[in-house]
Amino acid sequence: MKPLYERNLVAGGMWSQTVSRGKTLRLTDLEGGANLCALFYNAAEPVERYNMPDTLKGQHTFQLTAGHCLHSDMGRLFASIVRDTAGWHDTVCGCTDARLVREKYGKLTYQEARNDFHRNARDNFLIELGKHGLGKRDLVPNLNFFSKVVSDEAGKLTYITDSSPAGAEIDLRMEMDSLVVLTSCQHPLDPNPVYAPKPIKITVFPTDPIDPVTDLCLNSRSENRRAWQNTRDYYSLRA
Amino acid sequence: MSEVIYRKVIEAGDHWVHLIRQGQRFRIVDLEGNQAADTLFYDAHDPSERYAADVTIRTQGALYLTTGSVLMSTEGNALLTIIDDTCGRHDTLGGACSRESNTMRYDFDREPMHACRDSFLCGVHGWGHGLGKRDITCNINFFMNVPVTPEGGLTFADGLSAPGRHVEMRAERDVIALISNCPQLNNPCNAYNPTPVEVLIWD
Repeated sequence: MKPLYERNLVAGGMWSQTVSRGKTLRLTDLEGGANLCALFYNAAEPVERYNMPDTLKGQHTFQLTAGHCLHSDMGRLFASIVRDTAGWHDTVCGCTDARLVREKYGKLTYQEARNDFHRNARDNFLIELGKHGLGKRDLVPNLNFFSKVVSDEAGKLTYITDSSPAGAEIDLRMEMDSLVVLTSCQHPLDPNPVYAPKPIKITVFPTDPIDPVTDLCLNSRSENRRAWQNTRDYYSLRA
Repeated sequence: MSEVIYRKVIEAGDHWVHLIRQGQRFRIVDLEGNQAADTLFYDAHDPSERYAADVTIRTQGALYLTTGSVLMSTEGNALLTIIDDTCGRHDTLGGACSRESNTMRYDFDREPMHACRDSFLCGVHGWGHGLGKRDITCNINFFMNVPVTPEGGLTFADGLSAPGRHVEMRAERDVIALISNCPQLNNPCNAYNPTPVEVLIWD
């Protein structure tokens, strides 16, 4: 199917666009070992936003992959993960900030390095949010697509290096008209001492019609189906 | 031993907002056991800087909160440090219940039931300064046990807490504490029986 939109997000880059329901957002880890920080907001009412705890407890999972949904803080869905060749995506570890990047990778300014200077995910998020009238109060724990972090029984976390192979793709079927904010910065627990973010390809397709009887995500858990119904009810009132 | 300067019992379903000054010690007591004290912290002088579950987790490289855990802010600063814990493990992944999420988690007919995020809203509205829903973020669930498996599962297990167990923190800066003493009646982790907690502050 011919994409509606294709764009490469450079390593350390940032992107924010409204992607409406009826479209599928494909994110591709071009080189392998990428991390893509992501947040979702209701485009019409951005006080409704991605909610890490509801996403995890609603599906009794610590990691995200095909069959899972991305839940809002209002009992609704932003997107359904309808396909995933990476296998594990993190959403509990947050993102890098200026202090972490400076302490881990050293300081590299624009004056010194021009556009190869060291960026961090928190500042990138705030830049993009600012363009939509949003700011610090709207920043909440994010998704880290393509990153695998495992917990032992005591809760100690280990980042799995290069968990995502080159060409890995995750397809997000949009269930809500969403402001999607992305930044391709390293995962905060990535032990690599070198500043080495990776590029991401962003592709948007029209979504095929959904069959609620057989749909992977709606049938994976009753919580997802109820959140999907809440989302449909929301749009039946707005339309 | 310094004197207790403040103590109050927070009944189940109530919210509580209070200033804790830098250097003061703040204790929450699980009076009857396995109650969830849903808690948020804000910098008292700039509430746009607030507790951050993700920064706390990535800073300690671990999921659960206990003695030694530093509760971090969105700006990467220490808000409080847990200095004593007779429960052993506290959750910061499970978030707070809401009327909306209750419809997702349990059933549509649970929507009218009282929930933590309504209490949080009452709390920030009462505190003032124009705060609202934007300021309600992922919280701590003191006394809750939400174990994660190495395979990536997440469950709500029986609590590790028991009557009289407590957690105590030292404030590293002036903070506002906001507690919703959880009214959830649909979750076995509190034996379907929300109960009071007590808060104490020492200088």
